[in-house]
Amino acid sequence: MSSMRSGTFALRSEQDVVLGRQAVRKLALECGLRLVDQTKLVTAVSELARNAVIYGGGGDMDWAIVEEGARKGVQLVFRDNGPGIPDIKQAMTDGWTSGNGLGLGLAGAKRLVDQFDIQSAPGQGTRVTITKWN
Amino acid sequence: MDRIPILRMGDFLLVTIQVDMHDQLAMTLQDDLSTRINETSAKGVLIDISALDIVDSFIGRMIGMISGLSRIMDAETVVVGMQPAVAITLVELGLTLQGVSTALNVERGMQLLRERVQNQ
Amino acid sequence: MSILKQATIDAIKQNESALLTAWIAGLEQEGSLSDNRITRDEVSAQAKDFLRLLVAASAVGDAADLSRGEWAESRQFLELLSRSRAQRGLDSQHTARFIFSLKRPLFDQLQTTYAGDPKALSNEVWAVSELLDLLGMHTIRAFQKSREEVIMRQQEELLELSTPVVKLWDGVLALPMIGTLDSQRTQVVMESLLQRIVETGSDIAIIDITGVPTVDTLVAQHLLKTVTAIRLMGADCIISGIRPQIAQTIVHLGLDLGGIVTKANLADALALALKRSGLTVTRAE
Repeated sequence: MSSMRSGTFALRSEQDVVLGRQAVRKLALECGLRLVDQTKLVTAVSELARNAVIYGGGGDMDWAIVEEGARKGVQLVFRDNGPGIPDIKQAMTDGWTSGNGLGLGLAGAKRLVDQFDIQSAPGQGTRVTITKWN
Repeated sequence: MDRIPILRMGDFLLVTIQVDMHDQLAMTLQDDLSTRINETSAKGVLIDISALDIVDSFIGRMIGMISGLSRIMDAETVVVGMQPAVAITLVELGLTLQGVSTALNVERGMQLLRERVQNQ
Repeated sequence: MSILKQATIDAIKQNESALLTAWIAGLEQEGSLSDNRITRDEVSAQAKDFLRLLVAASAVGDAADLSRGEWAESRQFLELLSRSRAQRGLDSQHTARFIFSLKRPLFDQLQTTYAGDPKALSNEVWAVSELLDLLGMHTIRAFQKSREEVIMRQQEELLELSTPVVKLWDGVLALPMIGTLDSQRTQVVMESLLQRIVETGSDIAIIDITGVPTVDTLVAQHLLKTVTAIRLMGADCIISGIRPQIAQTIVHLGLDLGGIVTKANLADALALALKRSGLTVTRAE
C-alpha cells in the first residue's frame, strides 16, 4: 500500500466535525468510491470525529489517499489526547455508551469501513485508523 | 439565526432539513419542535430528510427522540425522503429507527399522517 | 556521470535509423508485427519515440533508477503503451517483447562502437542490459495494472447488466434475481432496487429469488438488511420464490425473517401487492 497524497485536519469543535465530513466526501469522490461507500465512510467519519471532539477534548484527523494495485482508497487516522478507553473490547460492543447515549459510535463505524484499527489506553488518548477502498 | 425553519400546514408541522447539521443545530430543532407542537396543538410532524446525504447515530437518535417526544404530546411523526445510500448506511450502523414511521416522500407522508389522525 | 558513456549515446543518435530498422526487423521475426490488432506503422512510431526518450534520459540520469524525475517521460510513455495494448487484448509477452527486442540491435551497435575496448564493451553491455530490463519490468507492471483495470470495469458492467428492476404495476417494483448470488452482486443489485424505489415512488418492492439456487449466510443477511433499508425509506418489501432448500438454510442459520412477508411465488406476491394498494382483479364478463 502506498500513499499518494496526505494531510491533517484539525478537530476542535462541532463545526469541525461538519467540515471534516465535507473534506472526506471530496477525498472519497476523488478515489472513485461509489455513492453508498462514500456515505458509509462519511458517516464513520462523523462518528469518530465527534468522539475525538467530545470525549477526546479535540484532536486531529490525518488523511491520505492510498493505492494498492489498481485499487484506491481513503485512509484516515483520528487522534486525540483525551482520557482514553480503559476497555476497548467493551467499547467495541454494540450499545456501549460512556454516558451521553452515544453507543453505536465505534462498533458502528467499524462495520462501515473496510479496515479498522483502534489503539487506546487510560491517560494515553485514542487513535483510530480506518480505510475504505473503492 | 442558526435555526431550522418549522412550517405549519393545517394540523401538521413540516420540517425540511437541508443543511449539513452540526449537533447543536439538531438539539435546537428538538426544542423548537416541541414548543411548536405545544403552541399549535399539531396532530402530526413531517420531517423531510431527502436533502441529507448522511444520517449518523447522533441525528438518528435525534429523530427517534423527536418521534417519541411528539407521541407523548399526541402528535404522530413521519420521516420522509430518506436517500437509499443513507438507509443502507443506517442499517449497517445498526440503527433501524424502531418506532419511527417513514414514507417515501412528503406527499405519501401527508397521506399517512391523515390516515393515522382519522383512525384515532 | 551518466548511466551510459557519451560514446554510446552518440553512437545511438548517429545510427538511429539503422537501429530502428534492426529493431523492427527483430520484432517482425518474432511475429510481433503479424498481429492485426496493432499496425506496423504504429509500432515503428512507438519504437522511434521510445529510443529518443531513452537517449534523452540516459544522457541526463546518473543511475538506473526509474523512480527519478529524468525517467518520468519514459515511464509515462511505457504506461500509455501498455494500456493501449492491454485494451486491445494483446498479452503481456507481446508488450514486454517490444522493449526486450531492442537489446539485440543495441548490443550489435555496442560491439561495433567498442570493437577495440573489451572492458568498456562489457561495461556498456551490462549498463544497457540493466536499463532495458528495468524498463521492461516497468512495462509489464503497467500492463498488469491496465489489465486489472479492464477486468474491474468489465465486472462492474456485468453487475449492472444483471440487475433488472422491473415495474409490475403502478407503485409495485419487482427484482427477479437469477443465478448464484455473491455478496458484492447482491449489494449492487439491492442498491439499484432502492434507487428505483425512490425514482418511481413505488410503495412495494418484490424480491423474487426463484432463480437463486442457494443462499449463504452473507447473502441472507444482505437480503435482510435490504428489507430493513427499504422500510427505513418508507416502502415495503415482499420476498417471493423461496425454494425449500433455501428455507431450510435460513432456518438452519438461525436467521430471523421476523416481520418479513414471504410468498411462495411471484404471482402470489403481486396479488398481495395489488391488494395492499387497494386494487382487485376481476374477470371481465
